[in-house]
Amino acid sequence: MSMGTQPTTYWETEPHHHEDGASTGIGFWVYLMSDCLMFAVLFATFGVLHGSYAAGPGPKDLFDLELVAINTAMLLFSSITYGFAVLAMSQDRKAATLRWLGVTLFFGLSFLAIELYEFHHLIHLGAGPQRSAFLSAFFTLVGTHGLHVAFGCIWLVTLMVQVARYGLIAANQRRLMCLSLFWHFLDVIWIGVFTIVYLLGMI
Amino acid sequence: MAVPANVETTFLLGRLTWDAIPKEPIVFATFIVVAIGGAAVLALLTKYRLWGYLWHEWFTSVDHKKIGIMYMILGLIMLVRGFADAVMMRIQQVWAFGGSEGYLNAHHYDQIFTAHGVIMIFFVAMPFVTGIMNYLVPLQIGARDVSFPFLNNFSFWMTTGGAIIIMASLFVGEFAQTGWLAFPPLSGLSYSPYVGVDYYIWGLQVAGVGTTLSGINLLVTILKMRAPGMTMMRMPIFTWTSFCTNILIVASFPVLTATLVLLTLDRYVGTNFFTNDLGGNPMMYINLIWIWGHPEVYILILPLFGVFSEVTSTFSGKRLFGYTSMVYATVCITVLSYLVWLHHFFTMGSGASVNSFFGITTMIISIPTGAKIFNWLFTMYQGRVRFELPMMWTIAFMLTFTIGGMTGVLLAVPPADFVLHNSLFLIAHFHNVIIGGVLFGSFAAINFWWPKAFGFKLNVFWGKVSFWFWVVGFWVAFAPLYVLGLMGVTRRMRVFDDPDLQIWFIIAGFGAFLIACGIAAMFIQFGVSIWKRNENRDLTGDPWNGRTLEWATSSPPAPYNFAFTPVIHGLDAYADMKAAGAARGNGNFIPIHMPRYTEAGIILAGLATVCGMALIWYIWWLAALSFVGLVGYAIHHSFNYDRDYHIPADEVRVTEDARTRLLAQEA
Repeated sequence: MSMGTQPTTYWETEPHHHEDGASTGIGFWVYLMSDCLMFAVLFATFGVLHGSYAAGPGPKDLFDLELVAINTAMLLFSSITYGFAVLAMSQDRKAATLRWLGVTLFFGLSFLAIELYEFHHLIHLGAGPQRSAFLSAFFTLVGTHGLHVAFGCIWLVTLMVQVARYGLIAANQRRLMCLSLFWHFLDVIWIGVFTIVYLLGMI
Repeated sequence: MAVPANVETTFLLGRLTWDAIPKEPIVFATFIVVAIGGAAVLALLTKYRLWGYLWHEWFTSVDHKKIGIMYMILGLIMLVRGFADAVMMRIQQVWAFGGSEGYLNAHHYDQIFTAHGVIMIFFVAMPFVTGIMNYLVPLQIGARDVSFPFLNNFSFWMTTGGAIIIMASLFVGEFAQTGWLAFPPLSGLSYSPYVGVDYYIWGLQVAGVGTTLSGINLLVTILKMRAPGMTMMRMPIFTWTSFCTNILIVASFPVLTATLVLLTLDRYVGTNFFTNDLGGNPMMYINLIWIWGHPEVYILILPLFGVFSEVTSTFSGKRLFGYTSMVYATVCITVLSYLVWLHHFFTMGSGASVNSFFGITTMIISIPTGAKIFNWLFTMYQGRVRFELPMMWTIAFMLTFTIGGMTGVLLAVPPADFVLHNSLFLIAHFHNVIIGGVLFGSFAAINFWWPKAFGFKLNVFWGKVSFWFWVVGFWVAFAPLYVLGLMGVTRRMRVFDDPDLQIWFIIAGFGAFLIACGIAAMFIQFGVSIWKRNENRDLTGDPWNGRTLEWATSSPPAPYNFAFTPVIHGLDAYADMKAAGAARGNGNFIPIHMPRYTEAGIILAGLATVCGMALIWYIWWLAALSFVGLVGYAIHHSFNYDRDYHIPADEVRVTEDARTRLLAQEA
């Protein structure tokens, strides 16, 4: 395919410039999409089993929309505060970054606490995951999301230590961006959970 | 052996008791042989002080080439195990006529057919495919490694961890007796109360994590690491098929993971996803697992389509016919593979409309596949075809796979499927395409790229012996199953009443014997080739007059693959370079940036394997401990920021100068 006069180069001395960690962003996106498929399966399962009460309690007997609304607010706020942390990071303000990450962690843990309370309450009512296929699907979908948030919290603490210790170096910025994607992704999943499980269930 | 009834669980060992060690003579003898063989291998490794070498050069390696080779070794070892299962089934089915119970009881026989399927798909075909992709993709795109080298090592060890869990079931406890996809309610706690299905679940979950991560890794590698000038439509066709395969892996393995999680919850927590009561729906499992399962068969075959394309074009001395159509055909198959899953259970009874839809989509897949066959034929047409071993395997594939494809189209017709569903006709069909496609392709790849990996060609005589035994053996073993299937014999039968059937099983058993000779000849081929490697040395790095970039490096390639960065101007980059007299780069060497080896992958995968075993045996404290260890060690590893180093320019110069001398010597 050599064209006309210009001599064709077949080998270059310089390595092809791959920006350090350039693959990480897209790699993490691809991972999130695979995770998303896992949630897709759980949503589909819930879709199939959502009416299989097995003569047990249904959504209207169990769900407390006000509690779930508060919980949703916790998670949405945590996304906003994570956004503030990323803004602070891009201005290279380490202390502010850590502060906002701390606030995010607080909201994340609050979300988990409320969710655990809800689960405990349901099990106390005799509406545990073993009661019916509907409840199996409910606990698994919501619980898997909660498990993701819990891992996000562990990751968040790890990153806070690393930022505190090594500062906002490039590797840490990359990690913060990945966790940011993860955190917002969980928010998006929760919107689906809130709508499909709770709101549609209460109609 | 029967399942120990009412197993007591203790805190320390869960439900692991002395009863878990099988007392059956066949299993016990196998155990003794494996134990002696294993001890001998360990003793030899110790005697020749190879542990340090293996650990530092291989186990902790993040070099995609070494990881690729380790995948191939794993696949070959597991092939022997999976084939031993196949031979046992064949012997049982020859034997169990005229009131004879054969030599395997139902509990044992059911484990064998389950293990055979699981091992052949997950631990033979998958490691072969992943190994070939791992070895070749970075070389073909002119990269120095994959995007995430550490993750690559971790993925390999997770796959191995899964294999270890499955192998452990042979000697401690039992394996699942459910068939390779573990359909509920049979795989539920009420019908499979002991450890078999749990071995199945945790073996596949541990390996599945590895497969998913490896899929992400290779996908990103192909997207981000291509050499300058290599646009998507200039990628070698094998890289294209790998790209589509990894898309399929990333988009289907999470479904398997999630489905198995639901089955796990049913078994461990008492949920009701797939139970018969309290609202559960077993058919949902069958839908979900095949939503993974059908793409899985294309995950297996697509990379080998790539291999056949490279082989055909190289040994016909021509550019691949219809490169663009080949790419589009591959992409079409990728998309269509998600729209056919229901053809695995037309008999579910979802009605004429649904069955027609899935029957038609299934038949449509044969169009791009047929296009590929024609492309290969037209590549050979008017080419100077060299009948070397890789080309022989390719031609055997084309003949075998086409017939397997046609029986597949027969099965795609729902009314015909109602007759043939779960019959030996189906068994013959999928072995026809998996052996004829995936295994023949893997063997073509091994013969084709072996000189690249080790610097010498494989012995041709033993290669041909293996080839003819395999190809003839395949047909003798599986053609009778088509006949038996048409006569209505169903799969997974242990004993037979009708004496007329026996002759067909005897023929099939003889075929299995021929295949055994083929496998033996292949190992002899490896042995003889290594023994007499100086007779078959390849100093050029390009023994077949290859067309793609992997042949531009030395054999075996240096750790950094390419001393200079290749610049791509069209398809068949290396053929272009040779035509332009620019087969090697020259200029000043500069230090090369490389990832550092790490033991983190094997440690993390080891902890995951221990966790899996603990969960199988209900040893909760160990499960908790290893899981905490897993997370803790991962966090610990994330504190290591020093993950790469530079190979000094001098070292690169020494390596490259040595090669220049070799090439001059050759010329």
